[in-house]
Amino acid sequence: MNIFQYYLCFKGIVYRESLRFFYQRERFFSALVRPLVWLAIFAVGFRSFLGVSRPLGQPDNWPYPISLVPYELYIAAGLIAMIQLFNGMQSSLSMVYDREMGSMRTLLVSPFPRSFLLVSKLIAGVSVSILQVFAFLAIALFWDIEPPVWGYLTVIPALFLSGMMLGALGMFLSSAIKQLENFAGVMNFVIFPMFFASSALYPLWKIRESSEVLFYFCSYNPFTHAVELIRFALYGQLNEKSLLIVSIFLIIFLMLAIYGYDPSKGLITKKKI
Amino acid sequence: MESSALSIKKLNHNFGDLKVLNNINLSLKKGDYSILLGLNGAGKTTLFSLITRLYDNQTGSIDIFSKNIKNNPTQALANIGVVFQQPTVDLDLTVEQNLQYHASLHGMTKNLALNNAISELKRQNMENILKKKVRELSGGQRRRVEIVRALMHNPKLLLLDEPTVGVDIESRKLIVKHVKTLCSEKKLAVLWATHLIDEVDEKGKLIILHKGKVLANDNVKSILKKTKAKNISNAFDYYTKK
Repeated sequence: MNIFQYYLCFKGIVYRESLRFFYQRERFFSALVRPLVWLAIFAVGFRSFLGVSRPLGQPDNWPYPISLVPYELYIAAGLIAMIQLFNGMQSSLSMVYDREMGSMRTLLVSPFPRSFLLVSKLIAGVSVSILQVFAFLAIALFWDIEPPVWGYLTVIPALFLSGMMLGALGMFLSSAIKQLENFAGVMNFVIFPMFFASSALYPLWKIRESSEVLFYFCSYNPFTHAVELIRFALYGQLNEKSLLIVSIFLIIFLMLAIYGYDPSKGLITKKKI
Repeated sequence: MESSALSIKKLNHNFGDLKVLNNINLSLKKGDYSILLGLNGAGKTTLFSLITRLYDNQTGSIDIFSKNIKNNPTQALANIGVVFQQPTVDLDLTVEQNLQYHASLHGMTKNLALNNAISELKRQNMENILKKKVRELSGGQRRRVEIVRALMHNPKLLLLDEPTVGVDIESRKLIVKHVKTLCSEKKLAVLWATHLIDEVDEKGKLIILHKGKVLANDNVKSILKKTKAKNISNAFDYYTKK
């Protein structure tokens, strides 16, 4: 196989994912409804008594141009990461489904290296989630969530990295899940703890005021850093610590996913497919 | 000397404590049409999963045209076309889109892929379905699309895992006839797994797989002679019930 054939294979996987996205518009809209409910109901409801102000003594930990931001503006980054989190898990759901229904086999019996196929599928899924994020940002303009124009560009690499990290986690989980029914467990034990124990809905320094233990838990949650990476990138800034942590977790989750689908060692060998 | 299309030696496979395949040895030559006959749970699908490297064999070896599937998966898999037991075409996409996707997974350009696909569809009088969504096709047409797809990259070994499951009698006949024609015209080696005795071709080879073991592996005529059975059903009983 030469480089051009690798390119054709990658293009084919991305094209197929785009087509599925185009044909399954319900999936696209339902992915948008979730963050919009949070934004339009939860955040607006809390707006009157929850504003978030710049943390004292931490001048670097604040990307916003003003010192006090309305709550819906604060949680916008968290909701963007939420789209990516659910998209990553949705992809893993579709992989479990594909595996149960057989179409995953078509991908896995391709002569290209399995790691390449999995990374290509991951990139295809992330591309779709980025489109969802931009659709969300367009609607969020009605709630005055207006990052600077260049923020729409600088957020793309952050979205790519965080999407890859969450997608790789989903992919690893899909290799470990035996049946589709077990996916409810992923909701309870992965998605909800990851989302609520993060800085998506409340800043870490506020969490610390209530619980030191929870603060540490949130600080080590990779989802927190995906949120912070996106939050800063939306305002044209780089949160170096979050970039480092997201990159490290991306590598870890990706290696686990590749291990999970390894035909000789991985979790896929432990079950009949 | 011409290499075997498929050569399996001393193959064993377990799922936990369950022994699924037990010391499998078999080989197929170019142009061989072999039926792998076994009851449900005999190990046919596991054997196909190992040949296609969905997962690696634990012991023994699998070679496809002398390329070991474990050590040289890229070259080995490039020679295989597979039709799985469960339908694997995407119902929401058109036939053309499904075929294009498969072609890309084999590093083929769109034009080359479509040329191959159209000529194959023409042979089956199905060229008018290219733009149709798979969901709109009958079960038999879907299975034949999967066969077309499996042949797009010109493989030399075609594996079919119960390809006629859920297909009406007429379509079944068409599929069987088509595969036999391919086998003789293109000199494809074909391994066809089934639990349906009437799919066994009296002129071909028969491999009887039972509880993970190969009990017979010979020409149908030789098997009938050896077992003194009147038909394949009796021969199958002879091996599996003794």
